[in-house]
Amino acid sequence: MTTDALNPDVLPDFLKDGDDRAVVLEARHLRKYYGVKRGVFKPMATVKALDGVSFQLRAGRTLAVVGESGCGKSTLARSVTMIEPPSSGELHYDGRDVVGRSAADLKELRRTVQMVFQNPYGSLNPRKTVGSILTEPLVINTNLSKDERRERAVAMMGKVGLRADQVDRYPHMFSGGQRQRIAIARALMLSPRVVVADEPVSALDVSIQAQVLNLMMDLQEELNLAYLFISHDLSVVRHIADAIMVMYLGKPVEHGAKDVVFARPRHPYTRILLAATPRVNPALRLERVVPKGELPSPLNPPPGCSFHKRCPYATERCGVEVPALRPVDDRLVACHHAEQMN
Amino acid sequence: MTLTPITRRRLANFRANRRGFWSFWIFLALFLLSLGAEFIANDKPLLIRYDQTLYWPVFNAYPETTFGGEFETETDYRDPFVRDLIEAKGWMVWAPVRYSYRTINYNLPVPAPAPPSADNWLGTDDQGRDVVARLIYGFRISVLFGLALTGFSSIIGVMAGAVQGYFGGLTDLLFQRFIEIWQGLPTLFLLIILASVVTPTFWWLLGLLLLFSWTSLVHVVRAEFLRARNLDYVRAARALGANDVTIMVRHVLPNAMVATLTFMPFILNGSITTLTALDFLGFGLPPGSPSLGELLAQGKANLQAPWLGLTAFFVLALMLSLLIFIGEAVRDAFDPRKTTAALSNQQG
Repeated sequence: MTTDALNPDVLPDFLKDGDDRAVVLEARHLRKYYGVKRGVFKPMATVKALDGVSFQLRAGRTLAVVGESGCGKSTLARSVTMIEPPSSGELHYDGRDVVGRSAADLKELRRTVQMVFQNPYGSLNPRKTVGSILTEPLVINTNLSKDERRERAVAMMGKVGLRADQVDRYPHMFSGGQRQRIAIARALMLSPRVVVADEPVSALDVSIQAQVLNLMMDLQEELNLAYLFISHDLSVVRHIADAIMVMYLGKPVEHGAKDVVFARPRHPYTRILLAATPRVNPALRLERVVPKGELPSPLNPPPGCSFHKRCPYATERCGVEVPALRPVDDRLVACHHAEQMN
Repeated sequence: MTLTPITRRRLANFRANRRGFWSFWIFLALFLLSLGAEFIANDKPLLIRYDQTLYWPVFNAYPETTFGGEFETETDYRDPFVRDLIEAKGWMVWAPVRYSYRTINYNLPVPAPAPPSADNWLGTDDQGRDVVARLIYGFRISVLFGLALTGFSSIIGVMAGAVQGYFGGLTDLLFQRFIEIWQGLPTLFLLIILASVVTPTFWWLLGLLLLFSWTSLVHVVRAEFLRARNLDYVRAARALGANDVTIMVRHVLPNAMVATLTFMPFILNGSITTLTALDFLGFGLPPGSPSLGELLAQGKANLQAPWLGLTAFFVLALMLSLLIFIGEAVRDAFDPRKTTAALSNQQG
């Protein structure tokens, strides 16, 4: 079974979270390729920023996508929200396919999936008041009157812990945490089923991170939201996620329930990531495994397993054969030696 | 209208540049005065009381017979005969300068150009027309022309730059090459050729200059849009379903306007200079129009009458300097470092 052959219809039971909540977001073999010009006389090179990602996301659940910079996390976020449509693959919002739809259809579907960006200093237009930032989704997508729109904006501000009298202020008058609350409020204005959060707390102070994460979790419970939570910070993921997908160079390398993956990572890359997480309690610290070298250029990925050049467990086979994503010990993992990882 | 805090800081920064601030008010005063040129320099009285009736010659044309004269044509109020007729049965209120830009003073004691006198404060030009009157009207037409050219070229330039920067890629590449070629054309020669084909009026000239002046803002706006289109708030708007036009107009343009506004006084300056240059060469406004360039050309042709060249020079120098000072103050006002410094002072 290769990555491609994995049929999402028969996803292994362990990925279904053992519940029958509605699937609100489903991706099948999502790919995003970018053409890169290298020079006038050289052929275009292709960067496989996203190379066959499949997952299901159920209402009220959180899927965390982790991986280092350049692994395709943000590309996944932009593809899933249709900001940049994927090159191929299927994407279902609430069971309806969205890839290749007309702009008018998309506009309606877009309300299902909204996004919170990493940097609240860049994601809020500096020239607009909080009120107009929050009412804009309604202006574009609904025919509510001006008063109704404002009413909803103020109600949403209350929900995310902002005061109603701050509605006429500008983004620069808020702290980072407050700005991220505004960004979350904006994403929620259209009552989406899914919120894609691209590193929503990594630009914030640690003390503020917990507040924003708790707010997100409260909102999830209240509104039955599903989160696609993108992060490189495993302690944050441990706090918020139900399931976790580890990505490396555009491909998922390990995908399973959070507890399963955290308890016993089966992919060397996951082990390295987990070991790199700082722990206060020395007894909980894992043996540091330091990967060799740098993240390879996505323009020229190594043959075989894309991780083998950095992998401390690599064997000859890894440099030749691409490991398929296969079920091992209640999770999907793409490693030839997954069984030996203990 | 409530001002945003940023706007308020910018106004404060503008005010803090005293030279630019005063230049702005002086220029505004001069411009407003010149807008009322008909009430400052006119060969018709502003108000006539004749035979218990009030007349407004500035707004209406009255035949000479109205005042007991002989002709059916419009009254020549400067004619001593007519003046005596009116003053016999009433009175007249004159503008401070009793000449319009095309009034020829036939009573010059010396051949034109006549030197400054009590009657013609800055002398007359080589056709016996009052220099003060021509300056006032010329100032007005220069500034109006400059403003119109700046306005139109900004609108076109901003739109072109916005489309280029926002869509990028091939659009940007082709458009940018086109602009490079277009800017490489020798503007002045083309204008001279075009001006020799049609007799330029104010609007013709505006259109011709617009053909070449719209490119001045394109690169600034393009750069702003190229930068902004990848910012997260633009992505966020796209995720909300906003279409391209909405994003361009509502999200990116307001942020790109800062750079645009900073350039405007300088573009205005350039527009005025271009018009003056064309007038000086004789390819500008139609003959007889009051214009600073034409006055300069007369000064060059009549070196024995230095008041012509000197007047035109000083007025142009004053006008352009004021505009540059204003431009500097505007630039200060929009300087992001100054704005943030002021903001942090306010908060801290």
